[in-house]
Amino acid sequence: MTLLEVRDLTIRFAGVTVVDGVSFDVDAGGRLGIIGESGSGKTLSALSVIGLVPEQAEVIGSVRFNGQELIGLADRELSKLRGDRIAMVFQSPLTSLNPLMRVGKQIAEPLRLHQGHSRRQAAAEAVALCARVGLPDPDRAARAFPHQLSGGQRQRVGIAIALACRPALLIADEPTTALDVTVQRDVLQLLDTLIAEEGTALLFITHDISLIAQVARELVVMRNGEIVEQGEVGELISRPRHPYTAQLVDAARATGLDGPAPLSTDRLANRFTTGTARDVVAPIDPHHFRGAGRIDPIEVHG
Amino acid sequence: MKHIWQSRSGRIGLVIVGTALLIVLVSLVWTPHDPSRVVPADRWLPISRDHWFGTDGAGKDLFSQVLVGARTTLFVVLASVAIAAVIGLVMGIFSALAPRWVGESTVYLIDVLIALPGLVLALVLVAALGGSLWTVSLAIGFGAGVVLARVVKSETHTVLTRDYIVAANASGSSTFRTIGRHIMPNIGPIVIVQLSIIAAFAVLAEAALSYLGLTPVSTPSWGRMLQGLQQSVTVHPWAIVFPGAAVVLATLGFNLLGDGLREAMDPTLRRRTATGVTGPGTTPPSESLPSELTVVRP
Repeated sequence: MTLLEVRDLTIRFAGVTVVDGVSFDVDAGGRLGIIGESGSGKTLSALSVIGLVPEQAEVIGSVRFNGQELIGLADRELSKLRGDRIAMVFQSPLTSLNPLMRVGKQIAEPLRLHQGHSRRQAAAEAVALCARVGLPDPDRAARAFPHQLSGGQRQRVGIAIALACRPALLIADEPTTALDVTVQRDVLQLLDTLIAEEGTALLFITHDISLIAQVARELVVMRNGEIVEQGEVGELISRPRHPYTAQLVDAARATGLDGPAPLSTDRLANRFTTGTARDVVAPIDPHHFRGAGRIDPIEVHG
Repeated sequence: MKHIWQSRSGRIGLVIVGTALLIVLVSLVWTPHDPSRVVPADRWLPISRDHWFGTDGAGKDLFSQVLVGARTTLFVVLASVAIAAVIGLVMGIFSALAPRWVGESTVYLIDVLIALPGLVLALVLVAALGGSLWTVSLAIGFGAGVVLARVVKSETHTVLTRDYIVAANASGSSTFRTIGRHIMPNIGPIVIVQLSIIAAFAVLAEAALSYLGLTPVSTPSWGRMLQGLQQSVTVHPWAIVFPGAAVVLATLGFNLLGDGLREAMDPTLRRRTATGVTGPGTTPPSESLPSELTVVRP
């Protein structure tokens, strides 16, 4: 079932088109990645889904969520969906948290806004969510201010806020870009586990194709505000049709296909095998291999 | 309160302002002498056990006058700070959040109002409304409030570009809730500091206006004392020290209290972290890169 249906989405700023006729679908529980360089319009496309584009922007087209048209919907109506049915994880976990508000209170916000929790109920739930996203000592973490947490812990808080109301769709805008490589892996794994448990649909925005490969099944490649290619992730990585996609894959390979280590071999196989048995190309970081021996680079099958 | 006490300036400020409050309370129930009683035999008495600050040219006890004058000062400070806060916050936040042309017009209006000299405004108000403490407070509060509105507007603009405002909107927070939960606390430290400067300014302004005779004659005040005493300053220079020192101390006290409040309200400025959380596999907190998207209005 299609949860989110974006059709011919066009965004203009003062007559300049920054997103041009973009269309994509996200199924309930589905996972779509949008990849592109900065300025390709990927973030704007995602923000327009919840009506958070800057007010000067002109948005044309159709965004349907559960059959409900969101473009042109009153802000008051959109606010009811935001944080409840559609939630968002931001790029920079430091700046996306209010520095003067205790973490627990910030996690409690969406619960109080949408679920009608009392202050006490929401606070208890916030501590439970802290534990759920793997913050050490959840009681204390909930009482901490953002600057007292590390980058990875802050992003866990961001995830807790986003998932507090069990949304149907989670928009993750480069959620790991601002983090250390080792922390990236943990956060990505957490995100992967939680949304799998909840059956949340994911719209994952990144410029890093090796990240997409780990969390998304479908992929949209954007450049200069247009979609250049879209399809199934493994398919696009192994057989890119558009030169830009090929370029992205090559670039990822050239830099040693770095990025977080794969989740595990069998999960990896699940990700990249597509129905019929085929050759599988997967991004693997050689640094994550342990033990003696030599590894022939690239070309991993199975 | 605990956090104000942790900073040295906050501690000193709190002591001075606290003392001023205490003095006001004491003056309501007790003064060593009747501050307005003229005793011709006691003219220009020096400091003594009976007259702690001596007496003035009419034989009135200076210590009692300083005590009672504190009431006027504190009243004007509180009233003008409250007026300034309301004007500043409402106009400032409104002009930052309102649709573009409304906001811009408000800013122009603020600029015009800032151009009005405060003292002239006070004279006009006193002429129109009569010389009362409320008129004086209104004049001081209004003059300071429009300046504060300017500061609040630019601060709010800065806060609005922060990601957590976008995040709050993404959580479905309404405009009023965002103002209360995210904008006000984050412009709070700046506003508090501004208000403490306004309080300090109000002490001086009240003294100046009463020195000029714009407050009712019946109202005891430090400025009025200064005016009376400065006529014989060459003959009795020590007498003027007391009301003068009171004005200086009160000004200093409000300024220091503002510093302490600023440190207390911003948890990143506090010296010790109360609830730091560390665990395995974590990295120390560090500044992260600003995100691509910066300008979104709620």
